[in-house]
Order: sequence, then C-alpha cells, then structure tokens
Amino acid sequence: MTAVDMPGKPKLNYLNCDKSIKSWLLTLDHKRIGVMYLIATLTAFFIGGMLAEVIRTQLLVPKGLIFHATKHMSSFAAYKHYNQVFTLHGIIMVFMVLIPIIVAGLGNIVIPLLLGAKDVAFPRLNLMSFYLYVGGAIMAIVSTIAGAVDTGWTFYTPFSIQTETYVCFMVGGIFLIGFSSIFTGINFIVTIHKMRPPGMTWFRMPLFLWGIYATSIIQVAATPVVGVTLLLLILERTMHIGFFNSALGGSPVLFQDFFWFYSHPAVYIMILPAMAIISEIVPTFSRKHIFGYEFIAFSSLAIALIGFLVWGHHMFVNGQSAELDTIFSLLTFLVAVPSAVKVFNWLATMYKGAIKLDTPMLYALSFIILFTVGGLTGVVLGCIAEDVVLHDTYFVVGHFHYVMFGGTMIAFIGGLHYWWPKFTGKMYNETMGRITCVLLFIGVNVTFFPMLMVGAEGMPRRYASYLPQYQPYMIVSTIGAYIQLVAFLMMAGYLLHSLFRGKKAPDNPWGGATLEWTTASPPSHYNFDDTPLVIEDCYDYSNVKYDESIGGYVRTDVPATTEPAPVHA
Amino acid sequence: MSEALQVGANPEVVKKHLAHHFDTMQQQFDAGKLGMWLFLTTEVLLFSGLFCAYSVYRALHPQIFQFAGEYLDPVSGLINTLILLTSGFTMALGVRFAHTGNRKGLSVCLILTMLGGFGFLGIHGYEYFTKYQERLLWGTNYHPLLGPDHQKLLPPAGLLAPLARPTPVEVSPWHHLKLLKREGFNVAHSSIVPAPVGPAGVVAKMKRESAPGPYSQPNNVQIFFGAYFLMTGLHSVHVIIGIILMIWLLARNLRGEFGPSYFAPVEFVGLYWGIVDMVWMFLFPLLYLAH
Repeated sequence: MTAVDMPGKPKLNYLNCDKSIKSWLLTLDHKRIGVMYLIATLTAFFIGGMLAEVIRTQLLVPKGLIFHATKHMSSFAAYKHYNQVFTLHGIIMVFMVLIPIIVAGLGNIVIPLLLGAKDVAFPRLNLMSFYLYVGGAIMAIVSTIAGAVDTGWTFYTPFSIQTETYVCFMVGGIFLIGFSSIFTGINFIVTIHKMRPPGMTWFRMPLFLWGIYATSIIQVAATPVVGVTLLLLILERTMHIGFFNSALGGSPVLFQDFFWFYSHPAVYIMILPAMAIISEIVPTFSRKHIFGYEFIAFSSLAIALIGFLVWGHHMFVNGQSAELDTIFSLLTFLVAVPSAVKVFNWLATMYKGAIKLDTPMLYALSFIILFTVGGLTGVVLGCIAEDVVLHDTYFVVGHFHYVMFGGTMIAFIGGLHYWWPKFTGKMYNETMGRITCVLLFIGVNVTFFPMLMVGAEGMPRRYASYLPQYQPYMIVSTIGAYIQLVAFLMMAGYLLHSLFRGKKAPDNPWGGATLEWTTASPPSHYNFDDTPLVIEDCYDYSNVKYDESIGGYVRTDVPATTEPAPVHA
Repeated sequence: MSEALQVGANPEVVKKHLAHHFDTMQQQFDAGKLGMWLFLTTEVLLFSGLFCAYSVYRALHPQIFQFAGEYLDPVSGLINTLILLTSGFTMALGVRFAHTGNRKGLSVCLILTMLGGFGFLGIHGYEYFTKYQERLLWGTNYHPLLGPDHQKLLPPAGLLAPLARPTPVEVSPWHHLKLLKREGFNVAHSSIVPAPVGPAGVVAKMKRESAPGPYSQPNNVQIFFGAYFLMTGLHSVHVIIGIILMIWLLARNLRGEFGPSYFAPVEFVGLYWGIVDMVWMFLFPLLYLAH
C-alpha cells in the first residue's frame, strides 16, 4: 500500500484503500476496528433502547399495558416476562454498550490519532478484543433465545442460582466481554506509555488520553475480579460448589461484595471516558485554553482510585456493619470532590471564552447539566440515612440514568459528532444536529426527572405493576422516552444521510489543536505521513485560524516534523 | 538491561520481527513487556478473588479449615512445590540462554521446564483421584466415606497411601494422635439456654453439629474442598497453558528463531511461568498447611 496520491484518483484513506469484506473482518487497523466496534455497540444500543421503550410502555398503566394477567396467563407468568425485559435492557446497556462504546469504539479510532502514532501497541490483540466482544454478544443472544435471564443485571444470588432461565450462557458471554475489556485496557495503557511521539510529555498529552488512561487502569484492575465471580456463579449452577449458597455454608453477601467490587468501578469505566471527551470539546469550542489541566488529569486518576473503595455503598441495607457503612459512605462522598473539580474546570474554561454553540458543544453543555443532576443525586444516595429510605426505589433508577444516559451516552454522542468528520470524512447537517440535541436534552429530563420524584415518594424499582397514585409520573416519564426515540431516529437519519450525501469534511472543521486535526479527514492507512514532533501546547488556539476557502481551520505556524517515517511498501 | 540494548542490532531480525507501527525493536520490546506485566497483574487479580473468598471463609469457619486441612497430604504438596521451584529455575536459565544465544541450552531448559509441569500435573492428578475415591469433593458432592462406626473418616490419603493402607478403615496412630490433639481446639457450645418452644417449660433439644468425640466433623466441610478444587484447578489450567506455550517456544527455537537480538517471546513466557510458580507458593501453605 502506498500513501502517494494517484493522479486523477481520490486520495487513498483507510476506508477506500481496500474495500473487500475480508479486509474489514481481518483488519489490524485501529480505525477500522473502532468503526466495527461502533457498529456493534450501536446495534446493541438500538436493541437495548427498544427494550427500554417496552418497559416504559408497560408502565403506562398501573396493571401493566403489555405484560398483565389474561385468561391464558397468570399475572406471575406475565410479570416474569417483564423481569426478563428489564434484565436484558440492563445487561445490554451496561456490558455491551456503556462499557465498550467510548473506550473501544471512539477510543480505538482517536487514541493513536491523538498520539500521532500509526496504530495501537498490539493490533492483533485489539482485533481479538473485538471478536471476544462479538463472541460474548452471540452467547448472550443464545441465552436470550433459549430462556431469557430474569435476575436483573446484577445476578444476585440465591435467585440467580435457582432460576431456570439460562444464566450460565449469559454469564459466560459477559465473561468473554470482560476479557475483551481487559485486553482493550492493557492495549491502551501500553499505547499511551510507549507510543507517544517525540516531544509529547505526560503533561502535554490531550486530556482525552488521561481519561482513557485512568479508565484502562480500572479495566485492568477490576475486571478480573468480576471474571472470577461470574466463573464461580457458573460453577455454582453447574457443579453446586456452594460458595454463594447459604444452604451449603456459603455466603450470598460475598457475591454482592465481589460483584460490586467490579461493578462499582465499572461505572467509572463508563463515566471517565465521557468526561475525557468533554475535556476535549469544551476548550475547542470555547476557543480558550483548558483551565486547570493538571487538576483535570489528576482528578481522573483520583476518581479511578477512590472508585475502588466505595463498593460497599450498594449494600447499606444488606446487613453490613454500621462501621463499614460509615466508612463507605464517607469514601462515596469523596468521589464527589474530583468530579466537582472537573465540572468547575470546564465552567472556568468557558468563562470569557468565545463559545461556538455547534452540535458537539451543545452536547457538552447538556452533559455538564445532566451529569451534575446525576452526581448530586448520587451524593444523596451515598448518605446512609437517606439511602435506607431510597434504596431500591425509582430514585436509584433516576440517579443511575441521569449519570449513565445523561452522562456517558450524551458525551458519547457529543464525541461522535466531534470526530464524525474526522473518521468518515463527511459533514452532517448542523441545523439538524442542534435541533436533535435540544430535543434529546428535553427527552432525557422528561423521562428521568419524574423517576426521581416518584422514587422519593416510595415507588419501588423493578416492579411490573404499581399503585395508581404513581401513574401521572409514569405517564410523563413514558412520554419522555418517546421523545428520546424520535430524537434518536432523527439522529440516525441525518448521520446516515451525511455518509452518502454529506459535504466533504475539511481536515480541521472545529479548530482543534490536538494532533488528529493535523492529518487528513479521513486519515490514511498509516494516519500520518510523518511522525509529528510535539512542541506546542495542544490547547493553544492562537495559531489555529479559520480559512474561508476550505471551510475549516488551518495552523498559521508550520508544524515541525521529525525525519519522514520509513516507507512501507 | 544490557541485553535489551542489543535488541534490533541485526537488520535481518528487524525486517522480520519489527511490526509496522513501531519505530524500533527496543520500543516494540518495551511495549510487549509492559503489556505482559499488565496481563500478569490481571492474572494475579483473578486469583485474588479466590484468595479473598478463602480468607472470608477461613475467618468465619476456622474449624472447617482446621478439620479438613488434614485430608491434604503436605508431602505431595511439598514435592510439587519443589518441582515448580526447580522448573522456575530452569525457565529463568532458559531466558538467560536466549539472551546469550545458546539455542541448545534453551531447548534443554524448555524441555526440563515442561517435564516439571507434567510432573506437577501428574502428582496433582493423583491427589484429585484419591479425593474423588474418598468423595472428598465440593458442595453437594461432598459425601465422605465413613468408617464402620460412621464416625471415623478414612485417614488422609497421600502419595504413598496405597502402600500404607492395607486396611482402609484403620486409623493410623500418627493421625490418631493429631485428631486427639485437635480436641483442644474444639469450639465450646454456647452456655446460653435455648429459647423455649411449645408449652412453657419444654425446652427444644439442642442441635449438635454432629456426634461428639474425637472424630466429630464440623458442618460445611465441603467449603474447604470447594476452595481446594477451585484454586488448585484454576492453577492447574494455568500450568497446562504454560506447557502449551513451552511447546510453541520449543518449536520456534528448533527453527532457530531466537537469538540475542530477538528473544521477546521467551522472556514473556518466562514471566508467565514465574507468576504460575508464585501463585502456587501461596496456595501450598494456605491449603496444605491449613491445619
């Protein structure tokens, strides 16, 4: 393959250099693997989202609109289907969407570009991660067809040992996805350590890399524990090993400890990369240097570290001792500190900046608002006395969705819009983007704010039916879910439209100063013609000026390069 | 590391082994090594979950570990420990030979290490087999074969058990002494009178853990055997993977691929084997010396 332009032909890039199916399925190119991850995770997101619409539709009436007692079916059997639906929604969204979508999807595409590298450190391992993910997803599908799991996404024992649904297949699939996540984490840690270009010291790295670095540490350090926990659960069901079965002398609470030792840090696997995206978008669209670079960088590491020490706050009402409750509660409050550091730094970055309200920036602003609501309700739940009342109510559901949907997914969509011109080479319709963002923001709040209110009034989560007094809240929440559906359909429409009919994207449409904007859109197979030399600050926008003739930004200073990279024939 | 400085000295090796996205062999080697260490961290964490479960149950039910620990044979455990230590030494020596380009030495070391792995698995398989014979298994499969008076468990079966056990029912004096000693550690029953049930004055009969006596076994002994089979089983799987990696290395070495300027795979498998050794160094005292 050659990067030399052929006269009369379009410039070769990673998308058109080889178009065969095989070249995609066996590719070692991080950009193609990232695109495949995006397709896979967005498919999972579509399925999980449709399940969410089923849940919301069911809850329109107190007895349940879809699953309810009929002449042929008892309410017990009907409501079991509801349990299966919300379980699948949770499993798909957590393990197949939120965890991989930013790190493995967007991260794969942009990390080497941000580093000025040709690829990640271990391209084969990268492809293997993807296929482990696909294998896990196939196992999950098999389990769903054979007998969809009804345990909730947490698989709490003893019910997960007793239920006759296909827990083993599902758990086995998640085990594989876990290993996919571990390998991605290892790959990115090594890439960030060893593949930085000359001149890029740790504190000249774009903040996205700091966020991914902290995330990868959690992935590497926490996922093995859930791996062994899920393995134990499989052995529990198949060989009756008795570790989590009190009838055999085991402890079901130990399962919860193990599970949350991973699954609480896992929510930081989901939110840290989201924050990392916001740290890129906010300075670019404020045309102003990021405020408090070191604080944002270290707050990522602080969240990763403290995140390991708070899992007990899921078990305040599960017979944990009062001393442990107090310690876990205090540590939980501590997580709020680095999170708030980030929020204040983003606000300070925007202060007196020349803010451009393009679509990615609108998503970044939505993120800051929604994440703040989600974060503060989290502090409410971290307070023991309040948690005893709010535990297992819709308040928890509202909090989690504000953080995970209003946080992670909104930031992901922002990042997708930010880097879309870079990796597709096409511009989407800006007006449609803005309208959709506003609609989605309204939809999220209309869906999840009533959940906080109805939870505070005591409505328990995971129930297929409810008392009539809660119905007004439930109807509003369902309307919000439909608004979100409309917004997502619009988004799918204009993004797909842009792929075929979109304007050609300039190399630097937003005026970013990080390295990925110095290469072509879409990049060539090897990303950069020359290995870049980093001497400038990647948040200094004084030399990045808008050029009317190409519709994008250009550097007014000539970027220095080292000797040309060796030619690969 | 002085050897690492020579990495990439040979242009032929560079052409053959340097991946397109690295600038130098040194960078590639360093990246691989860091990746391997991170992977080994996850391996340790995988086991740490089991170690954690072990500690929790040991703290909750010390009597189980006291009792059941005697049914593992420390002698075969010790032999296995020595085997693994020796194979760890031969592996390290092999890595050294790879650095210095001694291909024959590397082959010999790989074969010796492999033999160590097989020896370890053999002894371990025999232990599993005797445990199976006595039904000292995990969870619901724990049905120990009892002596004729239904109180004596069979004596511990060790490596030499078939020789020392012409009449399986008889308890060896050595074991008898230990069982008597253990009586001193028996947990005393509560002195609080159980709450009356039924008509006033009628006290329910207290449930004893089992019949008293020197051979009484505590409840839930299967927890110990669950831990034993899980931890050693997961470790044995790693030994098997290690042996497969040795075969792969041996094949590549016989093709003459390794030398002073390219030895990364040998080095990384060596690190892996070190972790396998290290995990066993923790498993041995925790399980075999539990009593």
